[in-house]
This record gives sequence, C-alpha cells and structure tokens, in this order.
Amino acid sequence: MASQWPPVAELAAGVRAGELKAADLVERSLKTITDKKDYDAIIATIEVRARERARTIDERVAKGEKVGRLAGVPFIAKDNFLVFGAETTAASNILRGFEAPYQATAVERLEAEGAICVAKANLDAFAHGASTENSDFFTTKNPHDKTRVPGGSSGGSAAAVVLDMAPFAIGTDTGGSIRQPASFSGCVGYKPTYGLISRSGVVAMGSSLDVIGPLTRSVEDAALVLDVMAARDHLDSTTIDRDAAGYAALPDDLTGKKIGVIKEYFGEALEPAVKKVVDDAVVKIKQAGAEVAEISLPSLPMALAVYYILCPAEVSSNLSRYDGQRYGYTDQDAKDMDESYTGSRGRGFGKEAKRRIMIGTYVLSSGYYDAYYKRAQTVRTKLINEFNEAFRKVDFLLGPVAPTPAFKIGENTDDPLKMYLSDIMTVGTNLTGVPGISLPAGMAENLPVGLQLMAPQKADRALLGFARQTEALIT
Amino acid sequence: MAKLTREDVLKLARLARLDLTDEEIEEFSGELSEILQYVEQLQKVDVTGLKPTNQVTGLTNVTRDDEVIDYGYAVGDLLENVPATKDNQIKVKRMLA
Repeated sequence: MASQWPPVAELAAGVRAGELKAADLVERSLKTITDKKDYDAIIATIEVRARERARTIDERVAKGEKVGRLAGVPFIAKDNFLVFGAETTAASNILRGFEAPYQATAVERLEAEGAICVAKANLDAFAHGASTENSDFFTTKNPHDKTRVPGGSSGGSAAAVVLDMAPFAIGTDTGGSIRQPASFSGCVGYKPTYGLISRSGVVAMGSSLDVIGPLTRSVEDAALVLDVMAARDHLDSTTIDRDAAGYAALPDDLTGKKIGVIKEYFGEALEPAVKKVVDDAVVKIKQAGAEVAEISLPSLPMALAVYYILCPAEVSSNLSRYDGQRYGYTDQDAKDMDESYTGSRGRGFGKEAKRRIMIGTYVLSSGYYDAYYKRAQTVRTKLINEFNEAFRKVDFLLGPVAPTPAFKIGENTDDPLKMYLSDIMTVGTNLTGVPGISLPAGMAENLPVGLQLMAPQKADRALLGFARQTEALIT
Repeated sequence: MAKLTREDVLKLARLARLDLTDEEIEEFSGELSEILQYVEQLQKVDVTGLKPTNQVTGLTNVTRDDEVIDYGYAVGDLLENVPATKDNQIKVKRMLA
C-alpha cells in the first residue's frame, strides 16, 4: 500500500520552510484515524492539545523562529506513555480515568523538537501479550487482514503506522513488543540497546528488560526518531550515554561485514513461508558483499523459559504499586484497608496481569526463589556469554522475528503458554540488552513477514546502518 | 513440580493481595502448573561457575547532586488522580480493627 506520508525528515523540512502547515498534518492524521476507526488501533485522540501545538508551531515558523528537527510531525504513542491531553490507561481498567500529571521524558524530547502527539494506541493491558487481545478494552485488527491480530503488545502503534494514521509511532519492547507487531503488521520496529532511551513516565513492566523504541515506515525514520529520544536522563538512572556520532547519519557499506544466521531459530517451529522470506533476504545480503555464516547460540532455546520467570517476577513487583489508594480504580465497597487492596487489584486487573502477578509471586516466594528466579538469572548470564562469544565472530546476527505470520484473532487466547511462544525469537535481545530491529522483508500468503537483525550492545548506529542497507536490498 | 492446588493458588493470591473469583482460582491452578512445568527445563542447564545477572548496563551507583529540582508541579495537580483526599492528604480505609 502506498503511503500518504513522505519521510519524517522531509515533512519536518517542509514545515520549517513554511511549505507545509503543521495544522494540516495534524488534521490529516486525525482524519485518517477517524476514517480507519474500525481497526481499533487507537484508544484516545489528543485533538485539542495537538491542534494548539500545531498552531503554535506554524506561528513560530511565520515569525522565523527555530521549530526543531521534527517540526509539526504528528506521532502516536502507545498508551503506556504518560502524555498530556488524554488519559493514560495502559489499556487496563485499573488505570481508566488516569490523567498524567507529568509527561514521559521520551515524549518531552520529541515535543522539544516540534513533534505532535495526536493519539494513544492500543496495547495488551500493561504490555502483557503478543496480540493486543489482552487489552481490557478491545482487540486491534491487522491492517492486512481484519480477522487476524496486529501482533503485540505495541499492536496499536504498529497498525497505526501501517494504516497511515501518523508518520511514526512509539512503543515499548520487553520481550518483543515492538519487533513482533512490526513483523505482523508490516512496518519497521526498532528495539534499542537497553538504557538508551529514558523510561521515566512509561508504565513499567519488566524493569531489567523494558526499552522504548520507534515504529516507522523506514529505517531512516526510525534512526531520526531514535536520535531525538536517546539521551541520559536523571529521572531514569538506568540510562546510558548516547553514541557520540548520533544515529541520524548512518554508515552504509556492507562489504566485508560478517553476518551470523542464528541456527536455533530455524528449527521445525519455523513456518516454511516465513523461512523462505528470510532465506531470500540472506541471499541478497550475501550478493551485496557481506560474509554470511551460520552461528549457534546453544542456550537460546532456553531464553523463553528464562524470560517467563524473570518477566513475571518483575511484573509482580512493578504492579504492586496499583493498590487502589493513590490513583486508578478503587473498590468503593471495601470495609477496611486490606479489602481495599485485594478488591481494587482483584477487580481492577485483567486476567493476564493477574496471571503474571501470580507466577511472579510464586517464583519470588521463599522456598522457590533459588530454584526459579535465581536459576533464571544465572541462565541469563550463560545466554549473555554466548551472545558475546557470537559477536566476537560476527558483526551482526540475523533471523526471523516470529515463527509465523499474524495469527487469527482468538486462535491462541485459550492457551497462555502457546501465546507466550510468539515471543520465542525476540526475548533473547531483551535478556542480553542488545539492540534488534524488525524489517518488512516480504509476504507469506498476503501477510507481512519481518526480518530480525541484532548487534552488540551500544552498536545501534552500526545496526541501523546495516538495516538501511538491507532494507534497500529487500524492498 | 507438582500441580498447584487450590490452596497453593489461594496462598499466592493472598501474598499478592488479589481477590480471585472461583473460576479464576480453578483456571490459574491448571495454567500456572503448565507454565511452571515449561520453565522447569532450566533445571537441566549446566551453570557451573556462573553468577546471576541482575542488570545488563554495567552501571553502578548512579547518583546526582543532592539538590532540589523544581518541576513546577502544584500539590493539587499531583493529587488529582487520588480516589479520596482530605486536607491535601490521601485518605484510606481503616487499617486496624
């Protein structure tokens, strides 16, 4: 499908030159959101504030003032980012009605460069899921087939980009939540090195795993948006230094680069149609002058088990703050404090949040802590060592994003474990903190298929450069 | 790992301060057992000599100067989302019988 949006840099340049009006871009975004309402990608629009910001930007352009690198460019934020002008619900009933008293640092940085948030996108409640079916409100439909899921948890953000609702969107990735929906819906999804973008003002899920990243229609757009968001932040002590060279100007030579194709991702679970798309991409990368070899990460098949101990453990801890006392849903009928806690949480949380809190509580409880939690943390070390070892031999790793294209709505909802398996090829990068990207690489029976590329920690600039080269070869 | 019993599930729900319906208790005891069974594969991994990983940045003791930063928030704005307040304080239910 041809997009109505030119590249982000071009849009912003047009606004700065006075050739495009920020007000028109915002209206175009809002109209597309209304026209494509039946996909259920959006939880809320931010009309009043977006129009005000657009007017201010156009006025400043007219006065010859500086308006920024993303001047007037509309974007959509996953509804787990605190943003002014609409509720922040994380698609959960327990946060229904919550209006953020401050904004996420990532959003502040985008706004400082003139970008305009026009809407909040749907997600699996608290980002727990791979399909948006765990949203407490509704399920987003896949832009290519309304009977299928868009992926998740950033499914609303991915669908919104593919449906042209905005030039770009932002999401979060704890176990694949940017890359898998990008693959299922057909856009670029970038998961940066852990710590590169501040998470202040983003609803926490798994704190040792969560990252923020862009969903875009090209690698160039992703690099620009990342460049604006990446910075240390005193409100998030886990943030790391950005690359001194930035992320907007990318290296562009594939010659002599070594690419490792991850052996463990090509097992029998991989659907042949997905395998074919990935194999075809590998052939083109080889022809372009890169050295391609198979590489083994023997513990990678264990990554999902590690993830489904560590993630629920961190979830159970992070979600303990939703106690019905300070914000969000509160059980009005409770007789005392204890009933207020159990009632507010019991009725406010959806089933998947409760399921993860229960697993997390179990693996952290005395008597099981060593056997589960500590064991998983130690296998995590083993996995990190294997990634380090692999990156001594190759510059980049390559594989599929998910074993299948988008599945049918309802297909996996009765079996939580089967749903968890959608993350099997993406959790490795979260556990090791390395960056990863999903690129649209082709179609399998009319459904998009993504190609996943990974690089060592902090090699985001090199990875984006490689991704842009690859994008030119496969699209 | 044995299957989680109804009592196990109730104990966990108690620890996590979650009111569960009978249907949820029933469902969770099956599902959680299945998930725990899946993650049990980690017991077979050889981790001799390896230490657990808590975080991946390598950062230690991240501090900033101990000074007041004015973010310009009014107390009232910050209390806007609170279900019940009294005199600029959060009002909660009775704690002791």
